[in-house]
Amino acid sequence: MFAFEAATSSPGNPWLNIAIFGAFVAVTMVIVFRASRSNKTAADYYAAGRSFTGGQNGSAIAGDYLSAASFLGIVGAIALNGYDGFLYSIGFLVAWLVALLLVAELLRNTGKFTMADVLSFRLKQRPVRIAAATTTLVVCFFYLLAQMAGAGGLVSLLLGVGDQVGQAVVITVVGALMILYVLVGGMKGTTWVQIIKAVLLIAGAGVMTIWVLALNGFDFSALLDKAVAVAENPAILDPGLKYGVSELSKIDFISLGLALVLGTAALPHVLMRFYTVPTAKEARKSVVWAIWLIGIFYVFTLVLGYGAAALVGPAVIAAAPGGPNSAAPLLAFSLGGPVLLGLISAIAFATILAVVAGLTITAAASFAHDIYASVVKKGKPEPGAEVKVARRTVVIIGVVAIIGGIGANGQNVAFLVALAFAVAASANLPTIVYSLFWKGFTTKGALWSMYGGLISAIVLIVFSPVVSGSETSMLKTEAIDFAIFPLSNPGIVSIPLAFLLGWIVSRFDKTVESPEKQAEMEVRSLTGLGAEKAVSH
Amino acid sequence: MGNEALRADVDLSHVDYPAVQQSPEFQELRRTHRSFVFPVLAACLVWYLAYVLLAVYAVDFMSTRVFGSVNVAMLLGLAQVVTTFAVTMWYVHYANTRLDPRSERIRTEIESGDFETEGAVR
Repeated sequence: MFAFEAATSSPGNPWLNIAIFGAFVAVTMVIVFRASRSNKTAADYYAAGRSFTGGQNGSAIAGDYLSAASFLGIVGAIALNGYDGFLYSIGFLVAWLVALLLVAELLRNTGKFTMADVLSFRLKQRPVRIAAATTTLVVCFFYLLAQMAGAGGLVSLLLGVGDQVGQAVVITVVGALMILYVLVGGMKGTTWVQIIKAVLLIAGAGVMTIWVLALNGFDFSALLDKAVAVAENPAILDPGLKYGVSELSKIDFISLGLALVLGTAALPHVLMRFYTVPTAKEARKSVVWAIWLIGIFYVFTLVLGYGAAALVGPAVIAAAPGGPNSAAPLLAFSLGGPVLLGLISAIAFATILAVVAGLTITAAASFAHDIYASVVKKGKPEPGAEVKVARRTVVIIGVVAIIGGIGANGQNVAFLVALAFAVAASANLPTIVYSLFWKGFTTKGALWSMYGGLISAIVLIVFSPVVSGSETSMLKTEAIDFAIFPLSNPGIVSIPLAFLLGWIVSRFDKTVESPEKQAEMEVRSLTGLGAEKAVSH
Repeated sequence: MGNEALRADVDLSHVDYPAVQQSPEFQELRRTHRSFVFPVLAACLVWYLAYVLLAVYAVDFMSTRVFGSVNVAMLLGLAQVVTTFAVTMWYVHYANTRLDPRSERIRTEIESGDFETEGAVR
């Protein structure tokens, strides 16, 4: 659905697109440099001194969450597949209730910088930290690959750079910019980039939504009629066009829905954002802000998707460079000409940049804080060494992401994003929930659940139709076929398996985890006693 | 669970956490929290799952036109958005009125050293 194809032409003016994007980079760079002046300690670098308000952090979460796959992908999916594209939006939104009700505040109260802080709180530090850091790095890596691969496809569409070498150059530029943002700005700079991007994205989508509705006399039903007339297919209003084709595709969609709704609250880069606010109450406020912004945005995408079908037409979109992903930019072009196209394109670029920066700082923090400082240096690194390691890790991750992004260019972005969600839900969520709410949970249970969830999710993906067996798979040929697992999303198997492993192994585990630590964690998580405080400068 | 005020650093090394955990005050906070988040989240997930199953297995029902070209599927999708907003506001209200005062009281009592733990000597 989100597959990007090489292209040779762009509907707008590439130089205008580049100029608007350049202006965005220039403005955010100035802000990042100003924000970076107060970066001194690890709490500054990883958690922005815990100084953001709920509203600011909520906007940054929305900026982090509404990736290019959400914006371009969902609008394109609705334009081409009709209602089934909207099913994605609902899963992405409802997922936030898990974060709000179960995770955000308790995590803020018990952790310091990373997800592993919470998971290893009352269990054995070393093995649990290593496992949590491993799952963090894997999830971030797949999410990063998806964004970088998306960058290549966007370029082909918006700048008219069709050849592989040109796209590789642009991926490298995006990667280098991102490294600069994260190195200089740390979490504070990254957060500001995400806030600016969220405001631009939601405002841009809002303007387009009102514009589309105004053209139809603010009659949504009339818009739907027009979309049906242009598409010459009334079924685009009903579910089932994409997922209703066979029994297997129906089960596949349920599996995807499960991964979407349970994955969000286990995404490490989302969890880390809760540490950038001073208190649990502000963490709660940030989720509330995020839910409002994300929910309103997804309602916009419903109008934009059908608007693109009505004003541009599914046939034109499918044939355009970039395929379904061109729906939103083409709609912008038909509404406001090259200027609006340039603005929307720049916002789409900014989206990728901001999401990639957030993922990179999460992965770097996890490596430096969980592996280096806590495991290698046994919790006693020399002063300043941890942040130094984190900065070096940023460069390494950036380079890996650039190389991986060039390699993954042209791959299906939705596959990589859905994989990240499925891996997060399988590997992280059971352990997060059990360690916060179940006294009988043990170290062995955590390790089995995390590694079991991680490995089963990845193995099932490798043997799924997404990797081999068809022209549209990763291997791009029917000749190689080892797709013995029929579903393209592993969630329906790997998520229950990980919950089950954590429960059964803990029940049969004879070791008793420290009841004092469990008491401390429960008391602190609910009362906020001894929670990490904001850094005052 | 709200801990708004930035407090001066308090020495917490002598806090008897198991005793606090067993105290009726904390048990009440724990009950108040769990009795809301577990059933409400379970209901929301069931409601979402029902929506997904309907979209996949009850296409005819979902395709019923309600007014103009707007069908049941669209209204149910928007209903998911509305319930998500409503539950969010409901939880915020609940947390502000029922959870925060309780957790704040326990926290300030422990920090100032007058937390009464039943039967526990500190």
